[in-house]
Amino acid sequence: MIDPLSVFLMLLGAATPILFASLGELVAERAGVLNLGVEGMMICGALAGFAAAHASGSPALGFLAAAVGGTAISLIFAGLSQYLLTNQVATGLALTLFGLGLTAMFGKPYEGTKAPSMPMGPLGLNWMIWLGLIAVPLVWWFLNRSRAGLVLRAVGENHDAAHALGYPVRRIRVLAIAFGGAMAGLGGAYISIATVLQWTEGMTAGAGWIALAIVVFSRWDPRGALAGAWLFGGVTVLQLRLQAAGVSVPVQLLSMAPYLATILVLVLISAQQKFGRSAGGAAPGSLGRPFHALR
Amino acid sequence: MLRLEPRASASLGWQIATPVLAVLATMIAGGILFAALGFDPLAAIRTIFWDPLFGTAAGYSRPQLLVKAGPLILIACGLALGFRAGIWNIGAEGQYIIGGICGAAVALATYPNEGIWIFPAMIAAGALGGMAWGLIPALLRNWFGASEILVSLMLVYVAQRITAWMSFGPLKNPEGFGFPGSRNLQQYEPASNPELIAGTGLHWGVVAAGVALIATWFIVSRHILGFHIRTAGAAPRAARFAGVKPSWLVALCLGFSGALAGMAGLFEAAGPGGQITENFGSGYGFTAIIVAFLGRLHPVGILLGGLLLALTYIGGELAQLTMQMPAASVQVFQGMLLFFILGFDILTRFRIRRVR
Amino acid sequence: MTEVFRAIGLGKSYPGVRANDDVSFAVSAGEIHALLGENGAGKSTLVKMIYGLVRPDDGQMQLSGAEYLPADPRAARAAGVAMVFQHFSLFDALTVAENIALGMENPPPRRELSRRIAQTSSDYGLPLNPNRRVATLSAGERQRVEILRCLLQSPRLLIMDEPTSVLTPQEAEILFATLRKLAGTGTAILYISHKLEEIRSHCDSATILRHGKVVNTVTPRDHSARALAAMMVGAEMRTVDRSNRQAGAPVLEVSHLSLDAPTAEGTRLQDISLELRAGEILGVGGVAGNGQEELLSALSGEALSPAGTVLLEGQDLSRKGPETRRQAGLLAAPEDRLGHAAVPEFSLTENTLLTGANRQGLVRRGLIDPGAARRFAEAVITAFDVRTPGPGTAAGALSGGNLQKFVIGREVLGKPRVLVVNQPTWGVDAGAAAAIRQSLLDLARGGAGVIVISQDLDELLELSDRFAALNDGRLSPPRATEGLTIEEIGLMLGGAHGMEVAHVEA
Repeated sequence: MIDPLSVFLMLLGAATPILFASLGELVAERAGVLNLGVEGMMICGALAGFAAAHASGSPALGFLAAAVGGTAISLIFAGLSQYLLTNQVATGLALTLFGLGLTAMFGKPYEGTKAPSMPMGPLGLNWMIWLGLIAVPLVWWFLNRSRAGLVLRAVGENHDAAHALGYPVRRIRVLAIAFGGAMAGLGGAYISIATVLQWTEGMTAGAGWIALAIVVFSRWDPRGALAGAWLFGGVTVLQLRLQAAGVSVPVQLLSMAPYLATILVLVLISAQQKFGRSAGGAAPGSLGRPFHALR
Repeated sequence: MLRLEPRASASLGWQIATPVLAVLATMIAGGILFAALGFDPLAAIRTIFWDPLFGTAAGYSRPQLLVKAGPLILIACGLALGFRAGIWNIGAEGQYIIGGICGAAVALATYPNEGIWIFPAMIAAGALGGMAWGLIPALLRNWFGASEILVSLMLVYVAQRITAWMSFGPLKNPEGFGFPGSRNLQQYEPASNPELIAGTGLHWGVVAAGVALIATWFIVSRHILGFHIRTAGAAPRAARFAGVKPSWLVALCLGFSGALAGMAGLFEAAGPGGQITENFGSGYGFTAIIVAFLGRLHPVGILLGGLLLALTYIGGELAQLTMQMPAASVQVFQGMLLFFILGFDILTRFRIRRVR
Repeated sequence: MTEVFRAIGLGKSYPGVRANDDVSFAVSAGEIHALLGENGAGKSTLVKMIYGLVRPDDGQMQLSGAEYLPADPRAARAAGVAMVFQHFSLFDALTVAENIALGMENPPPRRELSRRIAQTSSDYGLPLNPNRRVATLSAGERQRVEILRCLLQSPRLLIMDEPTSVLTPQEAEILFATLRKLAGTGTAILYISHKLEEIRSHCDSATILRHGKVVNTVTPRDHSARALAAMMVGAEMRTVDRSNRQAGAPVLEVSHLSLDAPTAEGTRLQDISLELRAGEILGVGGVAGNGQEELLSALSGEALSPAGTVLLEGQDLSRKGPETRRQAGLLAAPEDRLGHAAVPEFSLTENTLLTGANRQGLVRRGLIDPGAARRFAEAVITAFDVRTPGPGTAAGALSGGNLQKFVIGREVLGKPRVLVVNQPTWGVDAGAAAAIRQSLLDLARGGAGVIVISQDLDELLELSDRFAALNDGRLSPPRATEGLTIEEIGLMLGGAHGMEVAHVEA
């Protein structure tokens, strides 16, 4: 018998890394930046967080280090894409490949060691789950109610117009990318510190890419990101439960479920945007386009 | 202060110079990294870039150059066509895996029969398998507008799980004492992809890579199809005005690059790799993306880029053996290389001027 | 009158171009001052310097007598300078209120802002709902957003960049009434345009720019449009030769063509019917965004329509793509030179392949014949006097006028039965514009049918035998151009689109 409450609590845990990463990427995309390096930033956060938590014995310090690590590597992307005007698709991909390699190299000494245990918050949920849930309304408020959020959306919608009104397009985008990096770092560290409790090479296993798909699914709205992360968490938990229950489907095939679900969700939401006539919920107008102003 | 001024057309000189600069910058940055890790940077660079070709063990490592460069070039040729059109197939790794599985499945189905048709049938199956895997994101984009970037990448993870399942299940060697993994195709002569000239590393996959290079050169620079692909990448509306159907181009580019990646997978499974195992996907599909960019999407560049990245693989292994350098340092190196290629590209598109 | 703004010897250079050279002029409070010049004369560089988007290389500016050099547009706004842009300044996905807030330095809270928008918009007769998304507004309404954004800041100097290019003649009259009221409150207005008549009838003074330099500052009422044009262009205007043309048999028939909008921001074509005769030029006028691009796409074959809606000499092409239509003799030249009619990164030779691949025999069995393509590019360059180092030059390196001559020439040399062009002289200097217009007339004289879609009414009256108006995706029945007045045309274009005259008392 599966207890629905315990399944929901497991779901919240499984959703948290994706939630952090997709909220960060959502803000970057609202500023007009398509950073495909989420996977790379997550894995860097996973290692930086694990290493710091392992060394200090404090998960909180670990998450702090993860945010710093994710930000640091995201600044490579920011420099290349904003100042050297590189293609954002290729640069994000490079960030992922680089991050995977870098962490594989520096992570060797940590293999086989254990993370310190997470302190629990209210309702038997750890503090990071709570932080992720609180981040949703905060990001929503920032984007839709604050002046800075309005400027950020304006930059993402039409960077030429924002520039013509005197807003520093590049600086705003760099800040958005850095926020994306910090959030991806936190998401990655959640996997290593709170879920798996150890470091293994490539342990994010595509979570960053799933987060990118969740951003599309969310229609660039933080509330949608929460729904998407929960959906993903649900599929993951269900798949694990089925494995544990010993159903006759091979484990390898069951473990495809999150990826197939992501494709399915992507298809459904894209089809809805393509065939539905609503103009709302479309991608930011300047998404992925490099900006260069002559002065 | 420096100012960027856009050039009307890309500078040819810089187009040739920037990949060279990127390689040099990677060596310097890599050297600094190695020094920071406590290795002698000059020795490390020499071990990676010089010893595989001219060092004491060169007799062993030189043939490996073609063995590794073959699949990289084959995959990169297909990717470059799509990248030129702005169609981002980043799931070549998955197409490579599925191609390998399909080709190997044909061989294992015919085992232990003889026949010269077996190997060609395997190539066809590999190409078709890769093509089918590549067409999934193409059709989902054409029908529903789903991002081919994300779908093709998700399918890599799916393909990795399929290989794991295959090597534990349907394709497992019945005489393998319970170990996962398929029969070794190198020991099944009609299905094997042997070294054609001893000591060179040349196998059918390398031959296919050469043919692919010539074919892509022909398509890109002589055929109207290549013109349409380049137009679609540079100015999609102009392409539609010229009569190009975007959906057809998406299917063509993803299908073609999928077929080449699938063939690369099959040649690997029947040749150097020898069998389908859980870890059959070895990252060629991702490294080929770097090859395509390093080669500036041009066949000659892809040839040189493929050889260079093959060298880093071999040199990396050598450095691991002789200097106890971490295995992942090659990956870091390749990632840095892609950063530098992309970063230096600004010199081809902009003039840099100093202002006041 | 007190002086509000003065420019003293302003200069700005870009690589290879002296965009502005020693520009001096002054604007007083309550004055509507025109900045007149043809495309490329340096008007937009000049206003960008005033608005802080571009830094002058030399010279200085004064605002109310004090030294003025804004570091960025926000500094300019803080100093009391506001600007209504021709392009690039609204955010489609955001609401009217959000767009206005973005243009203000210290916007009040949302509710207060909405109230002030409602107040000011009713004061000036510019009705607007603050909560609507800009994407759903018409061109005229969008301009209202821009103007309101400026008015809410009570500027000392208001810059208007080609504001009437998106308005019908009636809407333009209303705009001038608003500006006049605003000037009455003491605001100085700098009005950029190349439209001579509106400057003559509405502006108090005019500074004329040519090749980046001030030619003269005059009172426009005292000069004829012809004299102003001569100052602007530096020579007598060429008039086109319309002689020896007669309409023949029908060549193109469009019947009951309806098409859904290609994007959420596009326009739906609704029941469009027209008949074009050989040797005839049909002018299609309309305010931007009323279906011009969609109509061209439906004719070029980029958008397919239901069977039986597009017929060329009896042959149904409705379901055929661009190449088939080209083979049949239906050619087109879209509005956007960079990225639609031509690929900026490609050489002129390569750009011939875009439309000449089959019609000019530049491709055989899929193989490109580079020699033939180069020869065809050279033929276009020679026949249309395209100023370029050679056919190997990238299209993006050509000036607007030269690239447009190349694009039109490429289609004209394709010997079309019917040629459809959209905005053939947009952003093109006077000399090139005259050459392009003449080539279209010559093409019609040779027996081809020509459809000219344009937002320039003077151009349409000069070229076309019959005139039809596009308004919200519908095409009016064509009328003979001769004897048609600007007022009648304005009504065909949709009149004032429900705008009202400003009713604030100055």
